[in-house]
Amino acid sequence: MTLWLIILRSLRQHALSTVITALSIALAGGLLMSVWIVKEQSQATFTGVTGGFDAVLGARGSKLQLVLNSIFHLENSPGNVSAADYLDIKNNPNVALAIPIAVGDNYRGYRLVGTAPEMFEQVEYAPGKHYELEPGGNFFDPARKEAVAGSFVAQKMGMKLGDTFHPYHGLIFNEKDQHAETYIVVGVMKPSNTPSDRVIWIPLEGIQKMSGHDPKAATEVSAVLVKLKGSGTAGFRMDMMYNKQGNRLTFAWPIGATMADLFSKISWFDKVLELVSYLVALVATASILASIYNSMNERRREIAILRALGARRRIIFGAIILEAAAISALGMVAAFVFYWAIMTGAAVVIRAQTGIVLDPFKFNPVMLWAPAALIGLGALAGVVPAVKAYRTDVAEHLVPTS
Amino acid sequence: MQLLDISQLKKTFVAPDGSKHTVINVQSFRLAERAQVALAGESGCGKTTLLHLIAGILKPDEGCVMIAGQEMSALSEAQRDRLRATTIGYIFQTFNLLQGYTCLENVLLGMSFGPGADRVFARELLERVGLGNHLRHYPRQLSSGQQQRVAVARALANRPKLVLADEPTGNLDHKNATEALSLIRTGCQENGAALLLVSHDREVLGQFETVQAMEQINQTDATEEKKA
Repeated sequence: MTLWLIILRSLRQHALSTVITALSIALAGGLLMSVWIVKEQSQATFTGVTGGFDAVLGARGSKLQLVLNSIFHLENSPGNVSAADYLDIKNNPNVALAIPIAVGDNYRGYRLVGTAPEMFEQVEYAPGKHYELEPGGNFFDPARKEAVAGSFVAQKMGMKLGDTFHPYHGLIFNEKDQHAETYIVVGVMKPSNTPSDRVIWIPLEGIQKMSGHDPKAATEVSAVLVKLKGSGTAGFRMDMMYNKQGNRLTFAWPIGATMADLFSKISWFDKVLELVSYLVALVATASILASIYNSMNERRREIAILRALGARRRIIFGAIILEAAAISALGMVAAFVFYWAIMTGAAVVIRAQTGIVLDPFKFNPVMLWAPAALIGLGALAGVVPAVKAYRTDVAEHLVPTS
Repeated sequence: MQLLDISQLKKTFVAPDGSKHTVINVQSFRLAERAQVALAGESGCGKTTLLHLIAGILKPDEGCVMIAGQEMSALSEAQRDRLRATTIGYIFQTFNLLQGYTCLENVLLGMSFGPGADRVFARELLERVGLGNHLRHYPRQLSSGQQQRVAVARALANRPKLVLADEPTGNLDHKNATEALSLIRTGCQENGAALLLVSHDREVLGQFETVQAMEQINQTDATEEKKA
């Protein structure tokens, strides 16, 4: 009780420096946890998002570009796949499901993706999960100019059933590039927390035969999303066939490995961010040392009085160490507020850009080790002023100094 | 029976110019249990240093201080701290209350380093010194006289055998000084504690049956020079 009373009173007596120092710890802790969790969650999510497919077949080029374009609905299409190649892979005995997609148009910056009805009927975008519609909606009729809006697009654009719109040419919105066709929204998808939430789905032919598109490419598709039969051997054989022996097409398999390759290429960036957050944590910890150390002159008389009352040196030493740790602990409580704010901001941006949803409340071990490490570092920072307090000359400091 | 027995006690300080000054040179001094003795001396004659040596706050260069049968210099620092917390009550001229703590907490904190905090006794002591209504007041909210009363309550809180009072009325006006002195003396009597008070105030010294002059018991360089 004595020790805690001494610590609490000291924290109160130095309230301003306590609050400022605790805030710097809070910022450092919040930043450290956010960087760590954004990195881990985004890596896990991006490498885990496959849209329910094993591979993507596209024009010869970068696998990463192919995956980003067809699964994450980012990046430009590397080129087209002919109808013959689509039918060829669809009929391949190693393939369980082959769904074509076509891209090339947008609605106010949101990508239009042409596809076949099987996308909604047969695909499990995650184990046991099919795309679902909000009540009252339908998936499009491939013969009509109908559209199904992803949940994020519908929310942002205020789209509802029965709304009509004109698509715009290209993947980047330009008001002058409006197509003549009018599409009607027949369905709004329930959130899937995948990149599909950020697109508007229309029939494949809608993109292929959109006014102004090259009629020669009217039967081509941008990519084919492939679900393989069985396990790795089918993928291996297809990889061999398209990538090693052929030179017209690219077979991106497995999808997760392609994304993992991307993350490994940009891992240096994670390391830099981590390093910055470690440095911020160190600076914040040093601020504890500085704030307690700077207040030692005014504390010495109090320490001398406590010692004259019979307090042992180790109590004084312990009180300073615990006070430093307590400032860190207070900071780490507030760090969760900063963490939540940073994560929420990051999650909004990442969702808007990719459709991927991060969960700030999902447990991660960093939520335990970061507070423990920062409280430990805080206590360590208290050692220097604690030694100074330990060595306080009682007789010299019992007399008030003016 | 002797509670305090000092013999051959010597303490020398080194001045900034490197010269050594013997501040304490007490051949013998004794204080019986429950006795109340005043030491008279002018400022700078070593009164405070002597009390610090008795309390174990300072370590002597030579000699020995026996308190309740325990020789201070034979104890480790932690043991001296413990002895001070359990056996000695200290009253300072400048009160030395902890400003961030209430009156009650000041008294309780003094107790907690000794036998342990006894909230009931702490309240009782503060009531006895007339501060029953000021338990939750902070020192800055009290007058000088009231602050010294808190210091008296704190000094008596561990039921010490020896109370050391260093110019306890030095910062008080006449009325408060009389009251404080009376509280210290009666408090010590009621608790069975001996009192060793140092002062240069003749009025204070006049209240004591036994008064010893520092000059008589402390043979320092200064006193030798005076004699010469």
